[in-house]
Amino acid sequence: MIVVNNASGGYDGTKKVNSVSFQAKKGKLTGIIGPNGSGKTTLVKMITGQLPCMEGSITIDGTAISDFSSKELAKIVAVLPQHGENSFDFSVQEVVALGRYPYYKGLLKRATSEDERVVRDVMNITGVAHLASQSIASLSGGERQRVLLAKALAQEPQLLLLDEPTNHLDLSYQVKLMDTLKERVQQHELTVVAILHDLNIASLYCDDILLLHEGKMMAHGTPSEMMQTQVLQDVYRTQLHVQGHPVEAKPLIALAPSTQQNVPNQHESVTMEQKGDHLCMQAPFLYKTLSSALIGEGFSWAHTFINRHVPKNYACSDAKQEFQDYIEQQRYSSDETVGMMTAAFIEDVGVASVNNVTAYVTAGVGNACDASRAWQQPTHAAPGTINMFLFIEGTLTDAAFLQAMMTATEAKSAALRDRGVRDEQAQTLATGTTTDCVSVAATQQGKTIHYAGTATALGKAIGKAVYEALTQSLAHYDQRVGTRS
Amino acid sequence: MPKRSIQTYSKSKWTFSYIAMLLLLAVVAALGISVGSIPIPLFHVIKIIGANVFHLGSLATIDPTESTIVMDIRFPRVLLALLVGGSLSLAGAAFQGLLKNPLADPYTLGVSSGASLGAVSVIFFGIQLPFVGAYTLPIVSIIAGFVTLVGVIVFARLVQRNLTVETVILTGILCSSFLGALISLIIALTGDELRQVIGWLLGSVSMRGWAYVNLIAPFLILGLLLLLASARELNALSFGQQEARHIGVNVKRHTMSVLLGASLLTGAAVAVSGTIGFVGLLIPHMVRMIWGGDHRHLLPLSMIAGGIFLVVMDIVSRLIVAPSELPIGVLTAIIGSPIFAFIFISYRRKKGTS
Repeated sequence: MIVVNNASGGYDGTKKVNSVSFQAKKGKLTGIIGPNGSGKTTLVKMITGQLPCMEGSITIDGTAISDFSSKELAKIVAVLPQHGENSFDFSVQEVVALGRYPYYKGLLKRATSEDERVVRDVMNITGVAHLASQSIASLSGGERQRVLLAKALAQEPQLLLLDEPTNHLDLSYQVKLMDTLKERVQQHELTVVAILHDLNIASLYCDDILLLHEGKMMAHGTPSEMMQTQVLQDVYRTQLHVQGHPVEAKPLIALAPSTQQNVPNQHESVTMEQKGDHLCMQAPFLYKTLSSALIGEGFSWAHTFINRHVPKNYACSDAKQEFQDYIEQQRYSSDETVGMMTAAFIEDVGVASVNNVTAYVTAGVGNACDASRAWQQPTHAAPGTINMFLFIEGTLTDAAFLQAMMTATEAKSAALRDRGVRDEQAQTLATGTTTDCVSVAATQQGKTIHYAGTATALGKAIGKAVYEALTQSLAHYDQRVGTRS
Repeated sequence: MPKRSIQTYSKSKWTFSYIAMLLLLAVVAALGISVGSIPIPLFHVIKIIGANVFHLGSLATIDPTESTIVMDIRFPRVLLALLVGGSLSLAGAAFQGLLKNPLADPYTLGVSSGASLGAVSVIFFGIQLPFVGAYTLPIVSIIAGFVTLVGVIVFARLVQRNLTVETVILTGILCSSFLGALISLIIALTGDELRQVIGWLLGSVSMRGWAYVNLIAPFLILGLLLLLASARELNALSFGQQEARHIGVNVKRHTMSVLLGASLLTGAAVAVSGTIGFVGLLIPHMVRMIWGGDHRHLLPLSMIAGGIFLVVMDIVSRLIVAPSELPIGVLTAIIGSPIFAFIFISYRRKKGTS
């Protein structure tokens, strides 16, 4: 275990690191983050003993760094530098074998069979064994970095220090390198202290994170404790957003440019057009959208919103792929499109605008259902489908998006209730149909709206717009069904 | 086990390389003794040396003049070329590894000029150190070379902390021209032996005799041992001082012993042969291309190859404008400068792409 206790250090009498204290425990990966000039590299130089502490102490298992001889220290601490400096032609094997230097004994410094075994092992671990006889100069940046990691591991250190190990590496190499490190940490009780520039890499791989700012320790803790929007924004002076990682239980840090790029024209609005068997709602620019649609589910950025009519007997083993092909055929870009399907007739669309909210709703109630009784009914996908598209002017928080969905759903149920739409099986009032879909799209321009419950102006507008549009669509539906029968 | 076979293969590869190089050395040396204004058959050369050095066979059938030419003129001359070439190449390999600089060599770093200034001072002012006798010349050369080297490195570090290739070479050249001017000044002030001095400055191994062989030999051995003792550390240092420190190298001590060893070699070589440029640049570069950068082999192989190279150069310098002789330093500069340019270009290219 390495203990840094109130350590200060720097160059020419000026402190670049100011009373920093932390412990890096065995089997943990500790990350050091901070903006340029925050003292990260100075701190690492102090830990390697290259720079003496002006104040405080740095000890490894109780012994001060300065009390080790250079060879003793090299058996305990290894360093993976930022980028291997160019050198003459050495073979990969020769470079890795350099890591055994502190173990050579005697005047001739001969390598023992143990040295050779370690070199072989670390080359296998880092996946460079097949490169053994190649020249280091002929390798790619990622391969070279792995060779240098092998060299560092050949020192059989207890503590591995890394100075921006993933710098200059492409994405897959970054992840591979960090994966290898993490594995070594977990298996071998190795302690790793790494300077990391990429906050997301730090968040994903570190057990502990140390945030440095102007030589001082701003915070120290687990990634979720450390990655707080406000703290990071203050230290890095950059707009960023922290949210949950989509698949890992770790924070994800998203950067945002501080300048608005090509501000869209606020006066343009969404247009709607029927094109053959689908309705196309076209937004003038990309709207942030939360939807349950087949295409563009979850949060996405979209400017094209498709409501496609399919026959009642539509069946396809891979509906998503089929729909994607359909969208491409219609020459929309499927990445920026929200696409829903319905068996209802798109001619029945109801449209309502209230303040900053516009709702487009198509409704069929052939399969109306009471959500509270749905458990009593057999599962069968019969057509029905109320598809709702909401367009909102304003900047919505994630909470506001979800509340907008709730409000819209409640207004839908109310509209069905007021028109007396019944669940045929349960013989109660229906709350929706079995396959409803909704999308909420916001311009993300202008005022930030934090809530969209029915207590707020936005909530009220959503409720009214949805109610009116759905009622209108149901009226069209009744009309058409009525005239037909 | 495949690993073992690779190892035995590589071990036998090294043995083969050393034997081949030593054989080549012997052949070239014999040629060097044989060729000249009075050609001496190779067979005679072998006989004369066999009889005089190893006391084998007899000289009954050999013309005594031939024997005198071989033993008093040609053999020491070739031996001197071998030792000087070996010393300069060793020094070059050490400088290049230590400074991570493919363009470093005693000549480009200005060490040769420093050593020359020392040697010229000794010759013209008749300086005589106590207790060392004839060794005054190489010792003063070595000290002057070492002081120059330290000066160049300190100055280059003042210019730029991390000692880039270009800064070091530029500083070396600056130093060289300054010291060259000082040498010219000394010569101008002291007299009229201009032609002889310039001949010496241009570098030559001719007409030196056994005395000069004796002057350089001990320093070559000492320098070689000093450098070989730091061969592994040189490997580490060629990745940068910081990296070397990280794997536990005592950087200060080994830097010092490498600088000292290389200065010994350069100073002694300059003292006996003047400034022969580019050998230390060229040879390690070629050796590295064939055998790789491991200093444990690079150093001895460079020494052997440097010896071979300089003997060949000496033969050419004798033949090219016969019956007169070209100073060997002129020849190495003519060949070395374009190769310096080539190494410089390929180094910049490599740096640009990575």
